Amino acid sequence: MEGLISLAVKAIFVENLALSFFLGMCTFIAVSKKISTAIGLGISVMVVQAITVPTNNLLLTYLLKPGALAWAGFPDVDLTFLGLISYIGVIAAMVQILEMILDKYFPPLYNALGIFLPLITVNCAILGGSLFMVERDYNFAEAATYGLSSGFGWALAITAMAGVREKLKYSDIPDGLQGLGITFITAGLMAMAFMSFSGVKL
Amino acid sequence: MAQTRKELLVDPLVDNNPITLQVLGICSALAVTSSLQVAFVMALAVTFVTSFSSFFISILRNQIPGSIRIIVQMVIIASLVILVDQLLKAYAFEISKTLSVFVGLIITNCIVMGRAEAFAMKNPPMASFIDGIGNGLGYGLILLLVGFIRELFGAGSLFGITVLPTVNNGGWYVPNGMLLLPPSAFFIIGLIIWAFRTWKPGQVEDREYKIQQAEAH
Repeated sequence: MEGLISLAVKAIFVENLALSFFLGMCTFIAVSKKISTAIGLGISVMVVQAITVPTNNLLLTYLLKPGALAWAGFPDVDLTFLGLISYIGVIAAMVQILEMILDKYFPPLYNALGIFLPLITVNCAILGGSLFMVERDYNFAEAATYGLSSGFGWALAITAMAGVREKLKYSDIPDGLQGLGITFITAGLMAMAFMSFSGVKL
Repeated sequence: MAQTRKELLVDPLVDNNPITLQVLGICSALAVTSSLQVAFVMALAVTFVTSFSSFFISILRNQIPGSIRIIVQMVIIASLVILVDQLLKAYAFEISKTLSVFVGLIITNCIVMGRAEAFAMKNPPMASFIDGIGNGLGYGLILLLVGFIRELFGAGSLFGITVLPTVNNGGWYVPNGMLLLPPSAFFIIGLIIWAFRTWKPGQVEDREYKIQQAEAH
C-alpha cells in the first residue's frame, strides 16, 4: 500500500506527464485558454487514463507478453511487436465506448465533456501513460494507481496553466510573443517549478 | 489544385510551420531535443511516417467511411510506426533506447493525424505524399534548431563531437546545464516563435485585450 501511495505522489508531482515528460502538449497549449474548459478536459483525461492504463496492462499480461498465451496453449508466442497497435486500438475503443455511455446515461456530463473526447484519442498523455506502464513493468495494482494519478497530475497542470493564461491576457506582451510564444515561456517556467519536486525521495 | 508541388514542400518550412504556427507535434519536439543526433533520427522517423501515412490514407480516402475514419487512420499510422520502431531496434539500438516511448508516441503526434485529417482526406496521393514530407521537414527544422542550441551550449558538442571543450574535460567552456534539462526546450521554442513572427509579422496573433494608450499631454 505504501508503495502505491508513493507511486501516486511521484506520478502527480515528480514525474508529471505534462510538465516533465511533455506529453499531451498539443492539447495542453491549445485548450488552456479558459479555466472551465481546462478543468473539463482535465477530468476527461483523468477518466480515460484511469480506464486505459489498467486495461492495457491486462492486455499485455494475458495476450502480448512472451509466454502470455500459455493459457491458450501457445507458450512460445511473443506478440510484443503488436503492442503499439493494440494499445491505440484499446484507447480509441475506450474513448468511443465512454462517449456512448455518457451520451446515453449522463447527458449533462456528455454536453460538458463531449467535445473533448475525440481529442483524447490523439492525446499523447494517454498513449504515453500506457507505454510508460509497459516500460516500467507495472503490475495490475500499480498500473491502476499510475493511470489515475498521472491523469490527475495532467489535469492539475492544465488547470494551473489556464489560470496563468487567464491573467496573462491583460499583460503588455511584445507583438511577436503574443499568444503561442508567451505560452511556451510560461510553460517553461512552470516546468522549472515542478522540477523542484524532483529532489523529493519517496 | 491550388498549390504547386514545390509550394506544398516549401510552405510548411517557415510560412506554415507545423510547430510554430499550427501548434502540432510539440510533445516530442520538447522531449527528444537534448542532443542533435537523437533529434535528427526523430525528425527522419516523423517525416517517414507523415509522408507515407498521408500517401496511404489519401489512396484509401474514398473508401473510408466517415464515422470510423479516425480508427482507420490510426491503424495505418500505427503500422508504419511499428515498422520504424522495429527498424530502429534492429539497426540503431542505442538511439532507440534514448528515444524510449517517444517512437511509439509518433502515433499520437498531432502532425501525422493533423495532416491526414486536414490534407490527405481531400487530396490525391502524390500531393499528400509531398505535403507529408514538407510538414515532416518543417518539424525537423525546428527539432534540429532546438537540438543544435541545446547540445552546443548545454554539453559543448555537436552530434557527440566536442566543439567547445568543457571545463570538466580540461577545456575552457563552462556548460549551461540548464539547457540539458527539459524546461529549456520551452524557452528555446518560445524564442524561436518570437523570432519567426518578428520576421513574418503576418503570423502575429491578435490581442484579446487591448491596453489603453496613455494620452499625451
